[in-house]
Amino acid sequence: MKISAFALRNSREILRDKLNLAFGLGFPLIVLLLLSAIQANIPVELFAIDHITPGIAVFGLSFISLFSGMLIAKDRTSSFMLRLYISPMKSSDFILGYTLPLLPMAVMQTIICFIAAIALGLTISTNILLAIIVLIPSAVLFIAIGLLCGSIFNDRQVGGICGALLTNLSAWLSGTWFDLSLVGGTFKKIAELLPFSHAVDAGRAAMAGQFDMIIPHLIWVIGYAAVILVLAIYAFTVKAKSDNK
Amino acid sequence: MTAIRTENLTKKFKGITAVNNLNMEIMENELFALLGVNGAGKTTTIKMLSCLIKPSEGDGYIFGKSITKDSYNIKPIINVSPQETAVAPNLTVMENLELIARIYGNDKNSSLVKTKNIIASFGLGEVQKQKAKILSGGYQRRLSIAMALISEPKLLFLDEPTLGLDVLARRELWKIIKKLKENMTIILTTHYLEEAVALSDRIGIMVKGELKIIGTSAEITRKANAANFEDAFIYISESEAV
Repeated sequence: MKISAFALRNSREILRDKLNLAFGLGFPLIVLLLLSAIQANIPVELFAIDHITPGIAVFGLSFISLFSGMLIAKDRTSSFMLRLYISPMKSSDFILGYTLPLLPMAVMQTIICFIAAIALGLTISTNILLAIIVLIPSAVLFIAIGLLCGSIFNDRQVGGICGALLTNLSAWLSGTWFDLSLVGGTFKKIAELLPFSHAVDAGRAAMAGQFDMIIPHLIWVIGYAAVILVLAIYAFTVKAKSDNK
Repeated sequence: MTAIRTENLTKKFKGITAVNNLNMEIMENELFALLGVNGAGKTTTIKMLSCLIKPSEGDGYIFGKSITKDSYNIKPIINVSPQETAVAPNLTVMENLELIARIYGNDKNSSLVKTKNIIASFGLGEVQKQKAKILSGGYQRRLSIAMALISEPKLLFLDEPTLGLDVLARRELWKIIKKLKENMTIILTTHYLEEAVALSDRIGIMVKGELKIIGTSAEITRKANAANFEDAFIYISESEAV
């Protein structure tokens, strides 16, 4: 009951902020439209709709980190949070209360991205459903990054880190905008050590029906998501105590 | 019955003693005002008693339950109205109240009933569907206190409840607080001395982390050999602070 009430509050706080909706849904869709327009004039394999859509979906998910991070960072510095710390809520209630509403939002965002892609020419197939499912661990990853950043940093810092740094990092190092092999070297190695390109490749493998290729990429994403989620829970618990001193 | 009892309650922050050997007893349904100049240790005391921070030494008991060992069972029976207005800005008045009711274990139906009741008793009806962030300062403060009361606490901490309110809004809140004290124990902190005198049964004055005196306003004034309570407060605060 505590968790569902808090989760409902968090959903309302996020969804009633029009800027969140504009960035979370609008920005990825605009990018999808732009790249499709480029593809229509100068066909590039990388920007083919079935190839680019998983990348755009992952890019869109990076905004979920911004929403969750900003909400937690703002809450932490407010008297409202003091009230909640005094209530019978436990750390696990807070973490689940922040995570649960974001997960359906992230999935919905991914679904809207694919619907837009269908409107732009993506062939309807069961692989789309699989790609959406395969992208769920990526959603958890980005939610966890937001929880971690929101637990450590203030809202201005979260704006910079999640809003600028993370969205760019996840974009450049995901292989969405260009083939990582074109740059190669250390850049490619770093990209392969991070989860973003694996998230996109898992989605692309699902779209292409290369089912044996999905799990090796997903392991990276799930591993990062699990570690960052544990770190976020730890950071939130520690900061909750220090914030009240 | 004793609502609060502290035994050598002490809090130190990096070698600085914020609260030192606090020993006091507050009875059920008493309105106790905790006074002191800034940095006297009032807020730290409230944070310890509301289980927000752990004491460095000593212990406190809320209706017989230890704040160091039994905070899980204390939290459902206490609530606080923090100094700054503590509301969820994008939620309406009703949603804010229902949220707190549900966090304290009420189901959807009983949360709604309690919300409607408290909206009526706090005169929040005309703004019940407005978002908290667009309410006036007086309404926000009223909502903040209503949120502390919807859980029906046995012990309520009111930290500077009328700070920044105009005289009319302050008097309105006084009426509400006077009604509340019939049914619950209230710990009030305030810098408005006339507020403490008007509302409280007893007053404690803290100076540099120590509780220097406890009594009714008349008793404190008499003991300090002062003409009025304000003079008594200044005498006690200054004589110990130097």
